Amino acid sequence: MQGLLRLWIALKVLLRLRHPTTPPRDETGPAYGVDPAPETEAAAGAQRQTGADPGAELGVAAALLVAAAGGFAFCLIYALDHADTQLLGVAIGVALLAIATALILAGARVFPRETAVEPRPVLAEHREPEETRVADDVSAGAQGVTRRRMLLVAAGAAGTGLGAAAIVPLASLGPGVGETMDTTPWKQGTALVTESGTGLSAADVVEGSFVTAFPQGADMRELGSPIVVVRVEPSTLRLPAGRADWAPEGILAYSKICTHAGCAVSLYRSPLSPTTTSDGPALVCPCHYSTFDVLDGAQVEFGPAGRPLPQLPLTIRADGVLIANGGFSGPIGPAWWSVRREGPTRS
Amino acid sequence: MSAQPRRPSRHGRASNRRIITFATVIVVGAMALEGIATGQSSASPGAGQAISAGGSSRGSAQVSEGRQLFVSDCSSCHGFNAQGKPGRAPSLIGVGAQAPDFYLDTGRMPLAYPREYPGESKPAYPRAEISALVGYIASLGGPAIPSVDPASGDLSQGAQVFALNCAGCHQISARGGIVTGGVAPALQNSTATEIAEAVRIGPYFMPRFSTGEITPQALNSLARYIIATRNPDDAGGWGIGHIGPIPEGMIAWLALISLLMIARAIGERTT
Amino acid sequence: MVERPPRRPDEILMADQRHDTPREGTGNEAVRLIDERLGAAPLMRKAMRYLFPDHWSFLIGEIALYSFLVLILTGVYLALFFDDSTSTTVYHGSYAPLIGQTVSQAYASTVHISLDVPAGLLIRQTHHWAALVFVAAIAVHLMRIFFTGAFRKPRDINWIIGLTLLILALLEGFAGYSLPDDLLSGMGLAIGYGVALSIPVVGANLAFLIWGGQFPGSSSFEPRLYIAHVFILPALIGILIAAHLAIIMRQKHSQFRGPGRREDNVVGTPLWPGYALRATGLLFAVAGVLFLLGGLIQINPIWQYGPFQPWVGTNGAQPDWYLGWLIGALRLMPNWELHPFGYTLLPNPFFGGILFPGIVFTTLYAWPAIERRKTGDRRRHDLLDRPRDSPWRTAVGAAFFVWVAIIFIAGSADRILVSVGISYVSQVWFFRVAAFFVPILVFFLTRRICRQLGTTEEHPLRGWTGVVVQRNVAGGYEDLTAPKPDQASTVGPVRSDE
Repeated sequence: MQGLLRLWIALKVLLRLRHPTTPPRDETGPAYGVDPAPETEAAAGAQRQTGADPGAELGVAAALLVAAAGGFAFCLIYALDHADTQLLGVAIGVALLAIATALILAGARVFPRETAVEPRPVLAEHREPEETRVADDVSAGAQGVTRRRMLLVAAGAAGTGLGAAAIVPLASLGPGVGETMDTTPWKQGTALVTESGTGLSAADVVEGSFVTAFPQGADMRELGSPIVVVRVEPSTLRLPAGRADWAPEGILAYSKICTHAGCAVSLYRSPLSPTTTSDGPALVCPCHYSTFDVLDGAQVEFGPAGRPLPQLPLTIRADGVLIANGGFSGPIGPAWWSVRREGPTRS
Repeated sequence: MSAQPRRPSRHGRASNRRIITFATVIVVGAMALEGIATGQSSASPGAGQAISAGGSSRGSAQVSEGRQLFVSDCSSCHGFNAQGKPGRAPSLIGVGAQAPDFYLDTGRMPLAYPREYPGESKPAYPRAEISALVGYIASLGGPAIPSVDPASGDLSQGAQVFALNCAGCHQISARGGIVTGGVAPALQNSTATEIAEAVRIGPYFMPRFSTGEITPQALNSLARYIIATRNPDDAGGWGIGHIGPIPEGMIAWLALISLLMIARAIGERTT
Repeated sequence: MVERPPRRPDEILMADQRHDTPREGTGNEAVRLIDERLGAAPLMRKAMRYLFPDHWSFLIGEIALYSFLVLILTGVYLALFFDDSTSTTVYHGSYAPLIGQTVSQAYASTVHISLDVPAGLLIRQTHHWAALVFVAAIAVHLMRIFFTGAFRKPRDINWIIGLTLLILALLEGFAGYSLPDDLLSGMGLAIGYGVALSIPVVGANLAFLIWGGQFPGSSSFEPRLYIAHVFILPALIGILIAAHLAIIMRQKHSQFRGPGRREDNVVGTPLWPGYALRATGLLFAVAGVLFLLGGLIQINPIWQYGPFQPWVGTNGAQPDWYLGWLIGALRLMPNWELHPFGYTLLPNPFFGGILFPGIVFTTLYAWPAIERRKTGDRRRHDLLDRPRDSPWRTAVGAAFFVWVAIIFIAGSADRILVSVGISYVSQVWFFRVAAFFVPILVFFLTRRICRQLGTTEEHPLRGWTGVVVQRNVAGGYEDLTAPKPDQASTVGPVRSDE
């Protein structure tokens, strides 16, 4: 007993626990921070209830045994039944839920149930003398310093300089944007190939079809590589000025990378005939349904894309293979600050 | 013969058709006399194209039955001689056997009215009548029903062809999708022949793919993959529709709600 | 009697070794064991007597915490098998449609974990389900804090920490499901790239920094994403959770109004034994539900999706649920872009991908200050409001939530609505209009309901305002619903569920 008392005294000395003695601010109840009056405690329902329900104790034990069974079943299933995911999940799930049941039941019916009341810790609100002392200590630390402002400005400059120095090496993480964005593998004479690498000939592209093509010899994964090739009835074309010869036999090529956010434009709405619907042929992106009218230079017909798909001029080589007749009509892919809306790409 | 579009009804179909067939016979008979005079005969098949069912010995009977059906049920939109009507329906001359077989087998045709969306539904005709109609349209020329053998296809090649060409509309597990202005259907109910026909025709909004783009072998693989999507490898348990994060999110919220109910049981005072 | 050496000062703090009759029981043994080595008895006492308020809504944050624990445990296991490399390999595993395809090591290793490692799929699916439930629990917890006014001083710093945790959780989840390099998540990364590009001035440079070049990026992108997901973000989340909990313990929980409950006291169940049992029970319940889901319901079957290629896309591509509000915003925005003099100033994804979440999170972060300014209330609050007690706050919160919810639904309801015949184009227009008008409607409706509930304690949509009368023997009528004069009136309802 004496030891405990000494312990308590020692703790108080070391941790400076003490009851606050400042007057209360809350008028609705007893003094703030003071131990609550007994009637409040009772009103709050402070109590402690002991006594385990024997049925509940049995229930807890049973639940724990179910958990044990589930755990061992898990091990068995892992070893034997090719570790079937569903059985494993049921075994471990049941085991865990059984433990949960045991614990909750134990807390509700077996172990003591108690409601207690205690005062709230005093934070800064009623410790003005303390705050003032701390503030005084802080300002005492700067006593005698004369040219405070000059020092502060100099420190600010140093901080900015070092801060910039800390951030700048992050730039090493990536290549400069530079001209990379504007460069694609397509240039005059580049042959079109399919995903398997074979040349794409004009005869393969029938009216109403859509083919994904790539520049021969280039990295397929480069964003500027994939294009979509479609064939339409030439008389229905309404291409922008200057592109009259970009679509031999009505075969069109557009970048497959959506100018909204960069998904592959992998839908082609190809109406069977004008009699069936008023919707014309269009490339559609599956992400946000940007719809590009292929007859009109892939202008945006619907959806959030802000720029048309860049078009690639095509021509047909002597052996029938499709080749590019220049670079794209504009930068490919999603827009970024300062990208030009239309303009030739570099190759 | 009335030019009004007729709604194909499930009930009383047979009796409707009997009446109209009877009327048609009268009319057709009259027109056949005229047709003979102008040199158009529906009895002879077109440029040597194969007909799907029957065989050449039944050819002409099938074709004429098809002609009768066509005139009674289809000509109001497609024209008396299948030449099409501007603003209503395209010409069927030269579409061959594969197009009518596809559209009729999947119930996409006939439409109740010209601008109705040609969605998949129960076929309006029994198989024999479909064959008859197909035989008639095939007699006007065009490609035959493509042959396809899924068993000889390669599943992996089919997966790649599907991913590149089809998944954009039909979704990677062939559960169907949306296009601006249309719907790409789920493909679990499609037969191999229907798949092959659709690939070659490009029905309604769907693009078409020539034999140069998707070779017959690739088509076998494609059909094999699509048929395999009927029974995907759901090693993880219940597939919840195979359409990805949306049903997954719903289940997660259901799980959270059940945990909240458990929390409610824990947190309430029990004394 | 044995001569004992004099006690040194530091020995006072250790457990007294002079117990003549050591107290029995394993509890005492355990406590003495710890205390003799760490001197932790006072801390243990303080911890064990920590009071938790008796309301289920205080357990929501714990559901999030336990989901995070499951994420850590299952994540460690997965990290032992995952290969964070994008160098390619030809697949030759057990899934037929992939055989012979060229895929990245990251994808191949994830398929391997899923289909070839015993219990691998269980752990992987549990991990993913836990992520979805983690963010959902944070969202519900946020709403509880908001609608009960628990973010007020002194808990506004915890509000800020909690919001930061939410943002980190969103990033962590996105990074996690993008690691396997499958078709679905690859498309999500492409959109992330497009959104990063759309940041004014620095967007392109930032995107190039993150991806190591133009999308799909250099070979170092995947390892960096991996390190962010398994180390950087979990460490940040762990530190912030620790701070979050430490602050709660320092300030003590808030509580609902009730008999004897005041601003200056705490009423509740002590940690030991009551709350320890309940909280651990909840931990096992969360783990149990998550493992059941992980075994029984398939999630993110990446083998069915195939590997990502920048030129391939699938219909119906969606992010995980907690980013659904962003895809909705990206889809609903009209195709506005600022193009002065032919140059792009604000690419379209900026509005849905940067501005919209920016507005949402800035409003949430600033909310305690906004409310202080509006109500002029700068006092400390430890008693919680019921939602009806602050009609303005509840109405604004409800309207804000509905605004985000409508945009969220717009991003994912396309299939359902098309299947009942509503074209996608019509849907977009409907949701654009709804997102504008419905929140305004909800604001006024909610405020009205709160005010009525506050004054009459009756719900205008559910309450009944009649009285029950009974004829008495004398022939007059007695109102049975009027309170009897001898009943003590309470400060308010003990519990605030409604």
